[in-house]
Amino acid sequence: MKNRITELFAKKKGNILNVYYTAGFPALNDTVTIAQALQKAGADIIEIGIPFSDPVADGPTIQESNKVALDNGMTLHLLLDQIKELRKTVTLPIILMGYINPVIQYGVEKFAKDASALGVDGLIVPDLPLHEFEEQYKDLFKSLNLCNTFLISPTTSEDRIRKIDAVTEGFIYAVSASSITGAKGDFTAEQTSYFERLQKMNLKNPFLIGFGISNHATFSNASQYSAGAIVGSAFINLLKDSKDIPGDIEKFVKSLRSK
Amino acid sequence: MNYTVDERGYYGQFGGAYIPEMLYPNVEELRNNYLRIIQQDDFKKEFDDLLKNYVGRPTPLYHAKRMSEKYGAKIYLKREDLCHTGAHKVNNTIGQILLAKRLGKQKIIAETGAGQHGVATATVCALMGMECIVYMGKVDMERQRPNVERMRILGAKVVPALSGSMTLKDATNEAMRHWINNPTDTHYIIGSVVGPHPYPDMVARFQSVISDEMKKQLQEEIGNPFPDYVFACVGGGSNAAGAFYHFLQDEHVTLVGVEAAGKGINSGESAATTVLGKVGVLHGSRMLLMQTEDGQVVEPHSISAGLDYPGIGPMHAHLCEVGRVKFVSATDDEAMNAGVELSRFEGIIPAIESAHAIAALSQFEFDKDDVVVINLSGRGDKDLETYIRWGKY
Repeated sequence: MKNRITELFAKKKGNILNVYYTAGFPALNDTVTIAQALQKAGADIIEIGIPFSDPVADGPTIQESNKVALDNGMTLHLLLDQIKELRKTVTLPIILMGYINPVIQYGVEKFAKDASALGVDGLIVPDLPLHEFEEQYKDLFKSLNLCNTFLISPTTSEDRIRKIDAVTEGFIYAVSASSITGAKGDFTAEQTSYFERLQKMNLKNPFLIGFGISNHATFSNASQYSAGAIVGSAFINLLKDSKDIPGDIEKFVKSLRSK
Repeated sequence: MNYTVDERGYYGQFGGAYIPEMLYPNVEELRNNYLRIIQQDDFKKEFDDLLKNYVGRPTPLYHAKRMSEKYGAKIYLKREDLCHTGAHKVNNTIGQILLAKRLGKQKIIAETGAGQHGVATATVCALMGMECIVYMGKVDMERQRPNVERMRILGAKVVPALSGSMTLKDATNEAMRHWINNPTDTHYIIGSVVGPHPYPDMVARFQSVISDEMKKQLQEEIGNPFPDYVFACVGGGSNAAGAFYHFLQDEHVTLVGVEAAGKGINSGESAATTVLGKVGVLHGSRMLLMQTEDGQVVEPHSISAGLDYPGIGPMHAHLCEVGRVKFVSATDDEAMNAGVELSRFEGIIPAIESAHAIAALSQFEFDKDDVVVINLSGRGDKDLETYIRWGKY
């Protein structure tokens, strides 16, 4: 059984572009259209957010997209229907990112099984405790060939990074700063030294840098230190005001990849 | 049976620390240090001294004779309403700011709903000369203007939470986000027995002074430390946690938690979490939570802003599940009537939160020798507007 994420990292070693967007935003059925456009534009990984009423790790842009999506009537069940639909045309790795509460209501085990069966390659649940994953879900994920990604931040200790690396399949999500999500400017010296520290740790998993990646400069800068980067808020801002979603996505991905 | 937290931060299936990794170091620092610090002699000495000379503890245990006559039992009021700042909340903010100082923190953040916890936090920050930022839902800021100004007079910065429904849960989200962005120099004083471990345990310990005093006062008053009943209102659950704490192992003491039924449990406008909630995760712990089938958090309703929270802390969720605490509820109208009743019978205008505990008395049949303690968690000054708008007095 293959996993599209591990396959991708096996053959592509740098400049991997993971784009995050919120399911059901800006319109309920845009989930599929956006995935198709991202594939056409040349993104490498599609990370789809499960909207939640109380997204504490996210900044104002993603919070607002969560609210709009919920107002549009987005649910986890509906998202899985949309995944089924988009898997007819989209072959890129797909990750679902969401807070634990909606997943608990769906049933964690059932969710992992259903998502995997529909062609989801990995999950990011930022508020799922590491020990709970290890004790309750690690074997399940393994049997489903589902990747799991944990976050680390500049304040995460080396010990804990190693612990996270040991239970991770796929890649590690390196949060660029001690902050919530949100598009910012360039990296500080403190941030680059954190990236260098991670590089030197020789982790078994590659890492992608996220939070504050908004343009070519930040994307290519992050890619110097890592396998690639994750774009979230900047992409949500683009979608929010877009009159031509496929066209704008094409331009946006191009602009991230080259000056 | 053990009702307190286990070494991993759980009360049965509830509790834990469901937090994004960015918060892990902050919470871990607290978890590794809180017990050690609060058990130190100099901490205990400073804490006890401030509770005595600044807060005005011990608060009286008052035998409410006219209420006793009406309900056919010996009714006592634990007068937390007489604490400095007008409610029990200050017991916890004093404990936490002393802890924050010992952890070397320079700044304090807090969330607040009605403003009582915000005022109690702003007060101790003024006392300790520490910078204070309080997050408060924009809607609550409009509803609770006097408390906003009290915090400002005390030197705190009040920041409106503009996300979601702009109430307590959103203020809590914003405070958590602030903490993520300022992980090293800031301590987050959570006001209730909610949040990731060790918060529920830490807050319960600081509030446990309430039941500790009750026991001693009952011993003196009736020659026996055990009442037959203890009543307390429950929003997140901090005053109830304090009022129940030292009675948890004394199974012959009936503990009653009173939730806000709002306009009625089945009205769609309620905050009776033990009836309407399911197991879920919010603000870092597994608790009972009012939510949709899809796991989205539902906005609760109560006429009392302090009970207007969609969850119930993990300790109470566990006590409810194992049946150690009996949970009942009182509607907005029942609570308002009880507030006026206590005012007329005893000359004490209670906070509307506390009035819920009184409203539950009529749901019980007491023996005339039963000793019933009601935790009167706060005074009604802050609720004058609500009493006036309700108007039936």
